[in-house]
Amino acid sequence: MSNAQFKSGSTMSKGVDRGLFNQRKRANAIGLSLSMIAMGIGMVFLFWILSVLLYKGFSAISPSLFLESTPAPGTEGGGLANPIVGSLMIVAACTFISTPIGILAGIYLSEYGGKSKFAEVTRFVTDIMLSAPSIVIGLFVYAIIVYQVKSFSGWAGTVALALIAIPVVVRTTENMLRLVPLTLREAAYALGAPKWKVALSITLTAAKSGVITGILLALARVSGETAPLLFTALNNQFFSTDMTSPMANLPVVIFQFAMSPYDNWVDLAWGGALLITFAVLGLNILARVVFREKVKV
Amino acid sequence: MHAGSAEADAAVADREGAGVSTNAIEVRNLNFFYGSFQGLKDINLDIIERKVTAFIGPSGCGKSTLLRTLNRMYDLYPGQRAEGQISFYGENILAADSDVNLLRSRIGMVFQKPTPFPMSIYENIAFGVRLYERLSKAEMDERVEWALSKAALWNEAKDKLNQSGLSLSGGQQQRLCIARSVAVKPSVVLLDEPTSALDPISTAKIEELINELKKEYTIAIVTHNMQQAARCSDFTAYMYLGELMEYGKTDELFIKPKRKETEDYITGRFG
Repeated sequence: MSNAQFKSGSTMSKGVDRGLFNQRKRANAIGLSLSMIAMGIGMVFLFWILSVLLYKGFSAISPSLFLESTPAPGTEGGGLANPIVGSLMIVAACTFISTPIGILAGIYLSEYGGKSKFAEVTRFVTDIMLSAPSIVIGLFVYAIIVYQVKSFSGWAGTVALALIAIPVVVRTTENMLRLVPLTLREAAYALGAPKWKVALSITLTAAKSGVITGILLALARVSGETAPLLFTALNNQFFSTDMTSPMANLPVVIFQFAMSPYDNWVDLAWGGALLITFAVLGLNILARVVFREKVKV
Repeated sequence: MHAGSAEADAAVADREGAGVSTNAIEVRNLNFFYGSFQGLKDINLDIIERKVTAFIGPSGCGKSTLLRTLNRMYDLYPGQRAEGQISFYGENILAADSDVNLLRSRIGMVFQKPTPFPMSIYENIAFGVRLYERLSKAEMDERVEWALSKAALWNEAKDKLNQSGLSLSGGQQQRLCIARSVAVKPSVVLLDEPTSALDPISTAKIEELINELKKEYTIAIVTHNMQQAARCSDFTAYMYLGELMEYGKTDELFIKPKRKETEDYITGRFG
C-alpha cells in the first residue's frame, strides 16, 4: 500500500516532518483496510446468498415449473404456475391501486399542502407507514377485511401490499416534484395556466422518470413481502384466478414449501426464491435505467 | 420617494401633452412587501401601448419585483403582497376578484433563464394556446408556425417540431419561450432579463425580436445591460432601493438625466 517509502534528502520531502508523515500514512492504511474489510463482509454474504440461490434454484428451473401447479403432498413433480400467476395478479392489482393514490397524494404534498398542518401530519404518518413492520399491516388487513368477510382472498392481499406501496410512492413522488425548478412552474403560470394544469402537465411531466422509478422500487419492495400475505391471500393449492378466494403467491409458497418434509417441495421453494430474486433485480435495474433517462435530457 | 413620483408625473404629463398613445398599464401608489420588508415604495408610472419600457437599476432595486406585480406572479408566494393600484386598460388587476389566470394570458412573461417545458417544441407552443382556445389541428399548426416565425425560430425549428424543447440551444430555447408567450396572443409581454443567460449573437437576435414585437405588443423589459436599454427601449425607468428615481423617454434619460443618481448609474460611477 505505502509504496513510497520516506526517502530522506529528496527534493520532494524537503522540510517535511518525517515522523508526522509516516504516522499519517499509517493511519491512512489502517482506515483503508478497515473499510475494505467492511465492504468485503457485505459482499461475501451477498454473493454467498446469491450463489446458494443460483445453485439450488437453478436445478428447479424447468418448463414444468411454469406450466404445472403446486403438487399435492406426497406426489412427484409439480410446478409453481399457480403462485406465479397469483403473485403477478396481486402485484398488478396493487400497482393499479397504489400508483394513482400515491401520485395524487405526492402532488398534494408538494404542490398544494406546503407547510399546512394537514400536509405535515400526512407526511409524518406516511413516514411511519414507510417503516411499519409489514406483519402489522397484514394483521390490520386481516382484521378489517378477512375477519369481516370471513374469507381469505387475493383482494385482501392486494390491499395489504398497496398499504405498503402507497407511502413509498407518495414520498418519492413528493421529493421528485420538489426537485423541479420553481422557474419552470412560474413559466407555466405566466401563460395563464391554472394550478392543477401546471401540476399535472408541467411539474409531473418534468419529474416523470423519477416518479416511475419510485413506483418500480415500491413494486420491488412489495413483490417479496411474505408477512402481509400470510394473513390475507393465504395460499391455494390449485390454479385460480379468482381474486375473491384464497390465492397462491410466491412468497407464501416459498415459506411453506421450504419448511416441508418433501424434497420436491423444497426444490420448488428454491426455484421460486430464484424467480422472485430475479424479478426484484429486474425491477431495480429497470428503475435505474428509467432514472438515467432523466439525466440525459 | 416623492421626488421619484413627481418625476413620473412630470413624464406622464409630458407625454400626454405630446399626444402620445394610450397607456396599457398604469401603476399608482404601488407598495410591495416581502413579509415585513418593503420591496417597492410608492411607485407611479405608466406603460405605454406598443412601446418598449425598460427598467434599469442595481440588483435588488425592485425592478424584477415591479415586473412580477404586473402579472401578479407574486401571488404564488404566501407572505408577498402588493398595495395600491395597477390598472390594465382601466381594470384594477390587484383587486381580489380579478382572475389571475386570465390576467396572465393577457400579460405574458419571459424569464431570465430559458424554461422550455419537458415536451416537444410543438407542444411547448400549443400548451398555452390550448388553455384558452379550442383550435383544430390545422389551426393549431398554423398558430405554431405563426408564433415560431414571430420569434424568428421557425426556420431553425420547422424540421424538428417533434423534438424535445430541451434539445435546442440556449438562445433558441429563449426564443421558444418568447414564441410560447406570443402564441397566446397577449397584449403585454414582460421580459425579465431575457438575455442575461445568452451569448452576444443570441442577444442581438432577441433585441431585433423586441423591435419587431413592439409593432403589435406592449413590452416591459428588465435589464442589467445599459446598452440594451438604450438600444431597444422607448422609455426607461431607473430604480434604486425600491423607489422609482427617474422615468422618461430613453433618449432623454440617457443623454440628459434629470437626477445626479441616474447619471452616476448610467455612466458607471455608481457606488
